[in-house]
Amino acid sequence: MMEVTLSHYLSVSAILFVFGVFGIFINRKNVITILMSIELILLSVNINLVAFSAYTGTLSGQVFSLFILTVAAAEAAIGLAILVIYFRNRGSIAVEDLNVMKG
Amino acid sequence: MLFTQMTFQAALPEYVLVIVSLGLVLMAAFVGESSNAKKMVRLVALVGYAIAFATIFILPSESQSIYMGLFKVDGLLVYMKALVLLGAFFACFMVNDDWSDGVEKPEYQVLIMLATLGMLLMISANDLISLYMGLELQSLPLYVIAAMNTKSLKSSEAGLKYFLLGALSSGMLLYGASLIYGFTGSTQFDEIASVISQNGASSGVIIGLVFLLSGLAFKISAAPFHMWIPDVYEGSPTPVTALFAIAPKVAAITLLLNVTHVVFADARLEWMQVIIALSVASMLLGAFGAIMQKDLKRMMAYSSIAHMGYALAGLAAGTQQGAAGVMIYMTTYIFMGAGTFAIILMMRRDGVPVQKLSDLSGLSSSHPYWAFGLMIFMFSMAGIPPLAGFFAKWYVFLAAVNAGLIPLAVIGVLTSVVGAFYYLRIIKLMYFEDADSPLDKIAPKENVIILSISLLVTVLFFFIIGSLREWTYFVVQSLPVSGSL
Repeated sequence: MMEVTLSHYLSVSAILFVFGVFGIFINRKNVITILMSIELILLSVNINLVAFSAYTGTLSGQVFSLFILTVAAAEAAIGLAILVIYFRNRGSIAVEDLNVMKG
Repeated sequence: MLFTQMTFQAALPEYVLVIVSLGLVLMAAFVGESSNAKKMVRLVALVGYAIAFATIFILPSESQSIYMGLFKVDGLLVYMKALVLLGAFFACFMVNDDWSDGVEKPEYQVLIMLATLGMLLMISANDLISLYMGLELQSLPLYVIAAMNTKSLKSSEAGLKYFLLGALSSGMLLYGASLIYGFTGSTQFDEIASVISQNGASSGVIIGLVFLLSGLAFKISAAPFHMWIPDVYEGSPTPVTALFAIAPKVAAITLLLNVTHVVFADARLEWMQVIIALSVASMLLGAFGAIMQKDLKRMMAYSSIAHMGYALAGLAAGTQQGAAGVMIYMTTYIFMGAGTFAIILMMRRDGVPVQKLSDLSGLSSSHPYWAFGLMIFMFSMAGIPPLAGFFAKWYVFLAAVNAGLIPLAVIGVLTSVVGAFYYLRIIKLMYFEDADSPLDKIAPKENVIILSISLLVTVLFFFIIGSLREWTYFVVQSLPVSGSL
């Protein structure tokens, strides 16, 4: 039976992080997917922190991940609220419609 | 003992802002939407900033860290806090009832005050956790106020773009923080610094540092992490843009200074390369990107990218002198920004806000005082002596040259010349072209007051530069980086 070590956790978290970043840049469909990608990035950080916390035997990593979970909830609430306002004005949440201002 | 009088005193401005902002939440909920109620909320907010600013003077000036090492104050940080509070006061002062497009709601003041609190906490952060919490407390209200004008498509698009890219940058910053924690075994800045000075920076720590710096570069809008700023400046309601242009960058660059010069002082060679690259890219992009712009707020966005590039040149030196240069640069930056945006806020035609560059044509005949003020700010931003912007550039480039970064300083001076083109174009528009129809004559007196204060400081900066230089050179001596003064 293979032993699961720190590097396995770090690999999973790095893969999740890359998925999240790619989800933001490659995705051309809809903003909700981007919000999900952001959550994925934050969760990959949490995996990192908890794995490091167990590895180094210090608690601050676990405390940090609790703070991140809390802030992520607030962030999602604000993001969805802004998205609702945007939808009311634009009538669409497609990424390619985010183009009233060029750039 | 966690709460002693000493800990209370060291965090006094933050306590004031916490109490006033919680009071404002109640006020905003109960006083209603009448014009008097809004005036009252704004007045209370202004008094809150004034009290918080006053408490700066009784803060301990020697370095001390409280709350078990989560929070730190010293002379440099206290100075930057004073700048942030001044900027927030200016931005809040300039918003009055009839002159604010979409931000006249009472909760606007609450959000700005919470964001200011986040900026102060960010400046004082002495632990990765308090860094993150301060940064998010600053960012989340700013996302909301960018989208504050809920009727406007541009404003909501600006808010959405700012939110998406800001959240991505927080994610990158956090990923970096998690790596730094994992490879040093602590989230506390002093412990991280001592691990690095004993064992050197391992490659894991350096990867983490690069992620952390990228996240922070997003917040100060240094190229190549600048893509949000032109759209956010253009789309947000103008009072919000004025706030963005004044306060948050001071806080973010202080955090960057703290992370590089204090926590990673012994990994100087590693972060220097990153900061130099950011600085060169920002100076170039800011100078060349602004040339094509037709929108005044959009042009100011590129101008602010360039300013961040110059400030980063001071950081890239990695010396105490460079840190002092950054302090001087940010001081002039908030006054120039406040003055310029005081004028942009007053620009209206038939009661409708206008923000095109072409709307400035003929300003000298219809509004000689505004035109004179804007001319001084543009000359100052271009770095013409003896105005404030010249001294700011002088001290950062001096630090870069003394640190041996002569190519960086040369690029900086050359891009300032390119930048002078678009600053001078505004002066040409105002003084040498005729207007089809002049802008409105009436203007709120608050903006004129801010304009006059900023104008005085910008023009008479050579009177205070001597004592400012003494003071900044004195406070940066606590930084653990090398470099003679």
